[in-house]
Amino acid sequence: MDGEKDPRNLLVAFQIVRDLIAKNYALGPFVEELFEVTSCYFPIDFTPPPNDPHGIQREDLILSLRAVLASTTQFAEFLLPLLIEKLDSDLQSAKLDSLQTLTACCAIYGQKELQEFLPSLWSSLRREVFQTASEKVEAECLAALHALSACLSRSVLSSDTEDLLDSFLSNILQDCRHHLCEPDMKLVWPSAKLLQAAAGASLRAYHCVTHNVLPLLLEQYTKHPQSSQRRTILEMLLGFLELQQKWGHVEEDESALLSLQGPVCSVVFSALTDPSVQLQLVGIRALTVLGSLQGFLSPSDLELVVDHLIRLALCEEDSQSSEAAMEAAGSLAPIYPKVFSGRMVPRLEEELQSEWEEESSGEPHSPRQRCLQALAAVSTHPSIVRETVPVLLQHLRKVQKESKARSRQDMVSVCQSLHRVALQCQQDEESCWYFHQTVVPCLLAMAVQAAMQESTHLLLGKALLEEEVLAAMVPVISAATTHLSPELAAQSVSHVVPLFLDGEVSFLPQNSFPCSFQPFEDGECLEAQRRLVALLMAFVCSLPRNVAIPQQERLLRELLALSCSCNCPFTATTAAKCFAGLVNKHPAGQQLDEILQLAVNRMEPGLAQGPCRTQALTLLLWVTKALVLRYHPLSSRLTDKLLGLLGDAELGAATADGFFLLMAESPDVLHKGCHADVRIMFRQRFFTDNVPKLVQGFHGAGPDVKANYLKALSHVLNHLPKPVLVTELPTLLPLLLEALSCSDRVVQLSTLSCLQPLLLEAPQIMSLHVNTLVTKFLSLTSSPTMAVRIAALRCAHALTSLPTTVLLPYKARVIRALAKPLDDKKRLVRKEAVAARGEWFLLGSPGR
Amino acid sequence: GPGGGAPLENANPLIYRRSGERPVTAREEDDELPDSIDDREIFDRGGPGRGRRAGRGRAVQLRSAFLNAANLIRSINDPEHPLTLEELNVVEQVRVKVNDAESTVAVEFTPTIPHCSMATLIGLSIKVKLIRSLPERFKLDVHITPGTHASEHAVNKQLADKERVAAALENSHLLEVVNQCLSARS
Repeated sequence: MDGEKDPRNLLVAFQIVRDLIAKNYALGPFVEELFEVTSCYFPIDFTPPPNDPHGIQREDLILSLRAVLASTTQFAEFLLPLLIEKLDSDLQSAKLDSLQTLTACCAIYGQKELQEFLPSLWSSLRREVFQTASEKVEAECLAALHALSACLSRSVLSSDTEDLLDSFLSNILQDCRHHLCEPDMKLVWPSAKLLQAAAGASLRAYHCVTHNVLPLLLEQYTKHPQSSQRRTILEMLLGFLELQQKWGHVEEDESALLSLQGPVCSVVFSALTDPSVQLQLVGIRALTVLGSLQGFLSPSDLELVVDHLIRLALCEEDSQSSEAAMEAAGSLAPIYPKVFSGRMVPRLEEELQSEWEEESSGEPHSPRQRCLQALAAVSTHPSIVRETVPVLLQHLRKVQKESKARSRQDMVSVCQSLHRVALQCQQDEESCWYFHQTVVPCLLAMAVQAAMQESTHLLLGKALLEEEVLAAMVPVISAATTHLSPELAAQSVSHVVPLFLDGEVSFLPQNSFPCSFQPFEDGECLEAQRRLVALLMAFVCSLPRNVAIPQQERLLRELLALSCSCNCPFTATTAAKCFAGLVNKHPAGQQLDEILQLAVNRMEPGLAQGPCRTQALTLLLWVTKALVLRYHPLSSRLTDKLLGLLGDAELGAATADGFFLLMAESPDVLHKGCHADVRIMFRQRFFTDNVPKLVQGFHGAGPDVKANYLKALSHVLNHLPKPVLVTELPTLLPLLLEALSCSDRVVQLSTLSCLQPLLLEAPQIMSLHVNTLVTKFLSLTSSPTMAVRIAALRCAHALTSLPTTVLLPYKARVIRALAKPLDDKKRLVRKEAVAARGEWFLLGSPGR
Repeated sequence: GPGGGAPLENANPLIYRRSGERPVTAREEDDELPDSIDDREIFDRGGPGRGRRAGRGRAVQLRSAFLNAANLIRSINDPEHPLTLEELNVVEQVRVKVNDAESTVAVEFTPTIPHCSMATLIGLSIKVKLIRSLPERFKLDVHITPGTHASEHAVNKQLADKERVAAALENSHLLEVVNQCLSARS
């Protein structure tokens, strides 16, 4: 067997040897011989020939041989010296294979097999981790050390044998300990990683290492005053603390950590008050870990922790620290809800109000913004949510009453915080219902109130109706609705739909209004009320599919009428989206067919002529999307209509942009999160059905509308999974190359971003067009648009992954042409030019 | 590189933190406004940095962040070690001077030890990197930080001599080492 060269036979032979061992054949005197005939292939050195018909990879042989070598303890005395020898060689692949095989062996070996080789294994592992430049080798060394430590921890000892784990660990400690005292030197991290790998293998190993290391690190922290050194020491300490988490709650008398509670806390607290942001960030992470260790922090420490987090969240100038402190509060709050709701929430509320008195700007990092963010971040426990939500709503009402220049931004911020709280409530049914019941009626009432004031010509509260604010409320209502149970959702829908259809306001918290709410009625003064369809959409399109919507047919007709006739683009588009969202979830059958027929009957004349062509197109796009997603048979007819409109002088460009909408994930309706009916392969299907038509349409189109087809095509291609794109490439490449000459900026950009990954993934096919590619890319590097110049330079860079022989004839020309963008007026362009030109210089040059 | 080869002169040297990526500003994303070439950009012009950090030789205080002054050259690899020139403190942003209006760039580099035999090679790598990355209008001056190398004068003279630089790059062995210094390491 040791002369075999064919990989197929080797795979079979390895399998046979494995079976011999697994089935317990008595190997007797032949153990060494069996080892010799298999181990002579170690490490595997095999590169499959080009066009290999058998598809056997190097990795297959490696794994198969490893399964043999690591299958029995009988091989240990021969295998371990071999592994050490290969680990000491210069070849990286041999090192990696040896380390992985060693790790595999540790699963079945015990103390007996390892004993003799431990010192040399340790010295080889240590040397590699200390010296290697390869992160892969380092990671495998650490994994092997972890496996060795786990193996020794596991071994059953007879009464007269020595526990090798202790001596093994004390060797490691002896070699690594002193490096931990030199936080500026290169070996500090390799040493810490070795110790952590060994300590992470078992509770016993952890105690042994930490008893020794934790006091040392605490002492070093005090000895080194510089922030950067302290950061390194605290990062190491954090690594050991994180290991403790793995074991959960530990008995007091055993844990080194518990006995060091005081010094550990004071080190972490000192980091939190250090001026260095980097040290603060490590301190915050350490705090999160300490908090998660049950019973570690005393009640007074906890109060101190919360105070530190409040200070960092609100007052720390650096936004990284502030955000990290908020996240830490969010992850600790569910463990200590009382402390956070009793101490943090009142402080934030107070800050929010006091700050309100003075006139300060609405910058993203102003104290008020920070308060709003912190209120949302800490809302990670049901009891806290019940305190923060009223505070947020109260603030929203206040902002609305004040009505200042910055009101809009303030309202958007409150909505963003509410959205975050809603997301955090979704998994808990009770909180979810609480949030829905409290927030949705409140937002609706405020909006209805504002819309009525608008209709009676009062300016108060107007900001609430601005597109930006309504758009910020949409995700809040949507997130508060998607996770409702069907019963509760049904309860809610029985209030909300009558509100919009019949002006039924009785369920709103504040329900005396100056006039009636009738958003679907005609009349100029109702313009403001109609905008609130956005809130209806947020609610009704987020309901689970099995929740029946009362008066659905009537609602659909109203939405349809509004979408086709309304002059306000925001309202018309929202109505179209709402209609599409409902149609997508509507059960198939006669009712659906009728409502769709109705929609087609309204769209067709609207598209043909008249003042509402744009609205009709928007409706067509959204309805088409709704049907394409669920593979409805009517979708192909509607898509054909869109394809036809690409040639329309007036609507062609907007239709081409609409293909983006068809293919992209929409943020508010028609996505999986709001229970829409989305088939996973719809993009591929759309591609297969429509790209030939697009190509055909392009060839038949007049010169002024050709770009529309290219733009639509690039939107479709850009959203296609790359593997599908690569296989379809040969037929489309000529068109894409033509698209590079198109003067439309959007077409250029999306074509370049299509081609860039193809250059990397399909260099062989792209090589055939190298001449065109070079010419076009170079000419686009002088586009007036910065984004196009950047994309073209990235493509020029990606060209270097084509075979060198193909590129060499162009080298001089490309290097010369790329000298110009080196002096581009924009830094971001220069950066790409430097990277691309540098790579071209290296082509075919020694030392690449 | 090291690994299985000859043992390193100093296996546990002093380390320096890398300065990190330059954050992109709103102004830089504006298509209309021009951005002038500054010191930091020269310092930044280079391939991606590497994950490991380390250093050797003299002890220098760690700088928390370089001021807005040099990336072109910071991630050039050291000829001997798996480290960048920035990690070894051979180049620092404060020792890069750019005048975009007058089209001049001056770079001072600091060999790690006064008898460093690699000084010429390091200077050559910096010079080649700048030639490849800067518009032709720039006049380049690469020299050793005064007082930090035994044959400072001779090395500076070689680096300033255009013909000698060109000749050096004709030498395929030398070109190979320079290219290795300028390659992005995986």
